[in-house]
Amino acid sequence: MKPVDDVLPRPTLLRMLGVLLWVLAPHALRLPVWESALILGCLLWRFGALQRGWPLPPTLLRAVLTFSAFGAIYLSFGRINGQHSGTALLVLMTGLKLLEMRSRRDVLVVVILLYFLLLTHFLFSQELWTLAWMLGSAVLITALLIEIQHRHQLLPFRQTLRMSLRLTGQALPLMVLIFLLFPRIPGPLWGLPADAGASRTGIPDSMSPGDIADLILSEAVAFRVQFEGEPPAQRDLYWRGPVFDFFDGRKWETGFRRSDLPAADIRPGGRALSYEMVLEPTRTHWLFGLEMTDPAALPPESRINSDAQLIARKRVIERRLYRAVARPDYQLDPSPLSRWAEITNLRLPDDSAPRTRALIRQWQDRGLAGSALIDHALDHFRSQPFRYTLRPPLLGNQPIDEFLFDSRAGFCEHYASSFVVMMRLAGIPARVVVGYQGGEPNAVGDYWVVRQSDAHAWAEVWLPKRGWIRVDPTAAVSPDRIERSFDDVMAGAPAERPLWQGGERLWSAAVARWDWFNAQWNRWVLAYGPEVQRDVLQRLGIRDWGAMVLWLTAGVAVILAALSVHLLRSRQPRPPREPAVREWQRLRGILLAAGLPSSDSEGPLDLINRAARRWPQHAEALQTCGRLYCELRYLDDPGCPPPEVQLRAAVTHCKKRFLESSSP
Amino acid sequence: MGLRRPRPLRALQARIDAWVLRRVRRQAGPVTVTRQRVYILPTGFGYAFGGLSFVMLLGSMNYTNSMGFALTFLMGALGLVAMHHTHANLAGVEVRGGHAAPVFAGETARFELVLRAPGRAPHYGIEAGWPRQPHGNPVDVGLNANATLTLQLPALRRGWLAAPAFSVASRFPLGMFRAWTYLSLAQRVLVYPAPAPAGLPPPFRAPAGSGQSGDGRRGRDQFAGLRSYQRGDALNTIHWKSLPKLPQPMVKQFEDPRAPECQLHLDDAPGADLEQRLSQLARWVLDLDALGSRYGLNLPGVTLPMDQGEAHRHRCLQALALYGLDAQ
Repeated sequence: MKPVDDVLPRPTLLRMLGVLLWVLAPHALRLPVWESALILGCLLWRFGALQRGWPLPPTLLRAVLTFSAFGAIYLSFGRINGQHSGTALLVLMTGLKLLEMRSRRDVLVVVILLYFLLLTHFLFSQELWTLAWMLGSAVLITALLIEIQHRHQLLPFRQTLRMSLRLTGQALPLMVLIFLLFPRIPGPLWGLPADAGASRTGIPDSMSPGDIADLILSEAVAFRVQFEGEPPAQRDLYWRGPVFDFFDGRKWETGFRRSDLPAADIRPGGRALSYEMVLEPTRTHWLFGLEMTDPAALPPESRINSDAQLIARKRVIERRLYRAVARPDYQLDPSPLSRWAEITNLRLPDDSAPRTRALIRQWQDRGLAGSALIDHALDHFRSQPFRYTLRPPLLGNQPIDEFLFDSRAGFCEHYASSFVVMMRLAGIPARVVVGYQGGEPNAVGDYWVVRQSDAHAWAEVWLPKRGWIRVDPTAAVSPDRIERSFDDVMAGAPAERPLWQGGERLWSAAVARWDWFNAQWNRWVLAYGPEVQRDVLQRLGIRDWGAMVLWLTAGVAVILAALSVHLLRSRQPRPPREPAVREWQRLRGILLAAGLPSSDSEGPLDLINRAARRWPQHAEALQTCGRLYCELRYLDDPGCPPPEVQLRAAVTHCKKRFLESSSP
Repeated sequence: MGLRRPRPLRALQARIDAWVLRRVRRQAGPVTVTRQRVYILPTGFGYAFGGLSFVMLLGSMNYTNSMGFALTFLMGALGLVAMHHTHANLAGVEVRGGHAAPVFAGETARFELVLRAPGRAPHYGIEAGWPRQPHGNPVDVGLNANATLTLQLPALRRGWLAAPAFSVASRFPLGMFRAWTYLSLAQRVLVYPAPAPAGLPPPFRAPAGSGQSGDGRRGRDQFAGLRSYQRGDALNTIHWKSLPKLPQPMVKQFEDPRAPECQLHLDDAPGADLEQRLSQLARWVLDLDALGSRYGLNLPGVTLPMDQGEAHRHRCLQALALYGLDAQ
């Protein structure tokens, strides 16, 4: 084992460990426990090597550690090259690098890694606080770098910190400018790993019993919406997500689709309702559009698929801002369904729901069909003792029957699912639509917040000539769920009031304000992509790429020039403050130009005498200058008029004489 | 540092350097480094940092990650700001020539540079060296303290050794850029002839016919005091006892009024050519000085009368160093 020969002074190394801890801290929450422990172990080992002189691990042990790290990451994540596992690996390698930091090059590699680790954090979280964390980290790392680069003498930490604050502070305006004007291109440039983006809850791509209930319990924001003009009533806010038309008796999912199916035939009607949405990343291609999205005003990089769902061209792994227009009175696929679509939307497993089958037959025998049958089914939900609950009893092999006839307790997915089954049994094409319903207006800003708890499932039935019609059976059972937001419904009975109502109001105001900050952050910073950039810059009068690059270059140049002037000026010799000294310097400059250099240490009268001997023709003028200067500098009470003026005149006179004598 | 500049750039820089070096004006000093004359290029670490920023830019684009963009642009901006800091850190330094002690040929001449910060900001991590060669340890130039740097140059031949153009450089604050400038100060070092190997005794000529032989050893008996060591002093005159106690070695001086006097002539010195003779004379001057003898030097055109002491020794060695060279 080799003894430690530290390439860094002890305080620097200690600070490096501190900065590393600070940079890695937010990662610790996401890493497997063993990895956090291992990195902490590396840090402690390095600390021990520093404080107690422990030997660093020998090469063999380091090699074993490195290889087993790869193995352990693979075992933990099932892969090496994804976003999570890649980050985990990088973090681990940084920890191990500490144990083999033997040269300055290694030290600089660690600094580079520190900067890079900041970036990896943003793949997981870009909340408002990360801005402060990033700036703080950049200042700390840069201070560390200054300390490392100033190796001949250890600078006090406060000094490096002050220098680093200055550097970072001066870099900030540049950063903002480049952020605004650097041309954004729509990503991704290459493939994204499957686990790209922050992991988060969202609408699942299939619906088994209980899926939506889990989602409804989440308070996470799904998106925020700002309406232009009067917002519609809450009961009309249906945000359309995926359409499920394949049912296996328990689970709903999207059946097989040919990829070249044409877009759904949407015939928009009614007033146009435009809105701007900041969608939190879904990690899918889904964009949620208010029913029904006007196909004539689609957001860029998106399309309407055959299910009338708004689909992004690329996966949404970051917040995305888009504008869309909804037309509430629409017709969807009014022309007869294709054979394929009809079969798909009528198909049921053969043995499913025998009791429901019987019930529907009974209704049909009474002559009910089409919209009459739909109304009757909704009436059935209303008249029978159905209730709305998020904790329904568990259902057995025939969930539809058991729900409709036995438990009669459930939430949107039960109602939508059983309703669609009933319709299909009655020969009416029907399907399940999943998305969000409602939202909550923010008290501070003019926008609505839609949370995961607003997730909802409803049904669509197809009637000849009218096309797909939205039917929400949940509304039949629990109209409150639709009229108000989900939270209000579940709050239900006011069990106990807080002791101090003012406190509650203050609290909710603070929450609304905080959400407003986050909304602004999302709207202006995180969603700042190609489209938002174009909008913002067009408002500033910058219309195309060329102008953008021109302004960027000019802006950077101006800021850097200002910085350069500022920096260089502080390093120029100060002009003397006293007017007499200034004039004296001027005279010395004149003499120097005439070929008579002088030094600071030479007395004024000596210089004047020397000059007078050399240029007897100017002796008088020179001596006047010398006399006035000496009076000004060395007499306690210089006379009046103020001799500074006289001295200036005398020096100017001298200069003139020198110029005249040299010109011919 | 282990990080080096890529090869094609290095070659290009060599050509530019050569072009610039030819145009450096020799000045008496003090010289203030003007900003127009400060050159700046990224260091290996700077290239690595730039590469990292580029990779981060690509990553941010791929993930359309706004905070990633913000961080990337902050780093880019930091690099640009650091470049201006490095540039301004060097510009404005005032450099003048300091002490340059005479050396013997074959030794290393040391040119001292005295640096001053005339402005309101200190200059950090300033280093000096010969162009395109590794520079010595940097110093910080504070606001009210001069800092000193030393340039070393092997002194090969006797005579005046003028300091060639040198470079003053700095990588402060982040080490991503190296700013440098070339200066040439009218600084020179006197190089004495390399003393011939000891052994041949000086050609004493008894002035008063007192019958002294060439054995001058008796003159060593009377101790006259200590003086500080100078290069060229014989090892056996060093006062070893005081060595651990004092910051610099001391040399025993002997003075003997009865010590033999010696007049040195160029013709007395054996040697195949002029240089060897001058070397021998230099050796004798050192020996005689160590003995505490009075001695004089006669060269064609130069006559130094009998005397002794440090100043006399220097005069003699200077005469030997400059003999036959263009007076300058």
